[in-house]
Amino acid sequence: MSRKEWPLYEVFIRSRNGLNHIHVGSVHAPDPKMALENARDAYTRRGEGVSIWVVASNAITASDPGEKESLFEPLAEKVYRHPTFYDIPDEVKNI
Amino acid sequence: MSAVIDKADIASYAIRWGDDALILSHRLAEWCADAPELEEDMALMNLALDLVGQARTLYTYAGELEGRGRDEDAIAFTREERDYKNALLVEQPNEDFAYAVARQFLYDAFSLPFYQALASSKDATLAALGEKAAKEVRYHLKHSADWLIRLGDGTDESHRRMQAAIDELWTYTGELFVNDDLDRRLIAAGIGVDLAALKSAWNDTVSTVLKEATLQRPADGWMATGGREGRHSEYMGYLLAELQYMQRAYPNMKW
Repeated sequence: MSRKEWPLYEVFIRSRNGLNHIHVGSVHAPDPKMALENARDAYTRRGEGVSIWVVASNAITASDPGEKESLFEPLAEKVYRHPTFYDIPDEVKNI
Repeated sequence: MSAVIDKADIASYAIRWGDDALILSHRLAEWCADAPELEEDMALMNLALDLVGQARTLYTYAGELEGRGRDEDAIAFTREERDYKNALLVEQPNEDFAYAVARQFLYDAFSLPFYQALASSKDATLAALGEKAAKEVRYHLKHSADWLIRLGDGTDESHRRMQAAIDELWTYTGELFVNDDLDRRLIAAGIGVDLAALKSAWNDTVSTVLKEATLQRPADGWMATGGREGRHSEYMGYLLAELQYMQRAYPNMKW
């Protein structure tokens, strides 16, 4: 019998309200609905999340690792783009 | 009627429902590393672990009520076949994946309204369990119904197998709604659930999902009973032999 692999979905989980969804891995599933159930069963077994997104892996357009130098290295020397020249008040927790 | 509540009755009741959960969880556990897909493997084990959790709560409570020093392990692993009071449905074997789906769905459609009703039990422990288990079982039902629809309304082959599993297991669904003497005593005391009253909710769920799955609902004919009295199908002995092996070979062994 021929065996077709289920398509791949990328899984994003928000660990609690106020934080953003973070990529945690991927699952195989025949459709988005079951991808969501599979993601729940594979990635939230230990109370990791309050919300799940699944996205068909082939819907993602990724940057080319070969272009890493031209894409990212020019930014390394632009230290003035980092907010390190300000004093952050203690009350500000997340920046 | 406000008879004195017999603790032994409540213990028997807890064991009966613990048995349903334990035996069904064992059937699910048989899919471990053997499910059609890795993801489904994990999904089935999650269901099984929910059920083990329910069984543990019920057995531990029964042991306390008995006061004879039996803990959850003693109740789970050292009884004879006749002492298990689970419904016949949950012990039926995994002939193929369609059987696992059909068995799970037919039971989930029953156990969701059961645990929802148990949440209003006058017994605080059973009520708390009912509330917790209903949340778990709601997901089980969603999962098993999804598969039932997917396979029923799938290919010719999956449709044929799904219908065969439903037809074969239908005989074991009648037993779920039979109130026996123990049920009647505990219903009168406001502790137990009236099983006959769950039938209409079950009918609604089953008919709706079967229809969506393009499957035929079998006619209600002769129904097998006996599980609640400890009279089991021929599969039960083999199941228990595996389930109890470690405690039989190494009595009182602990992890």
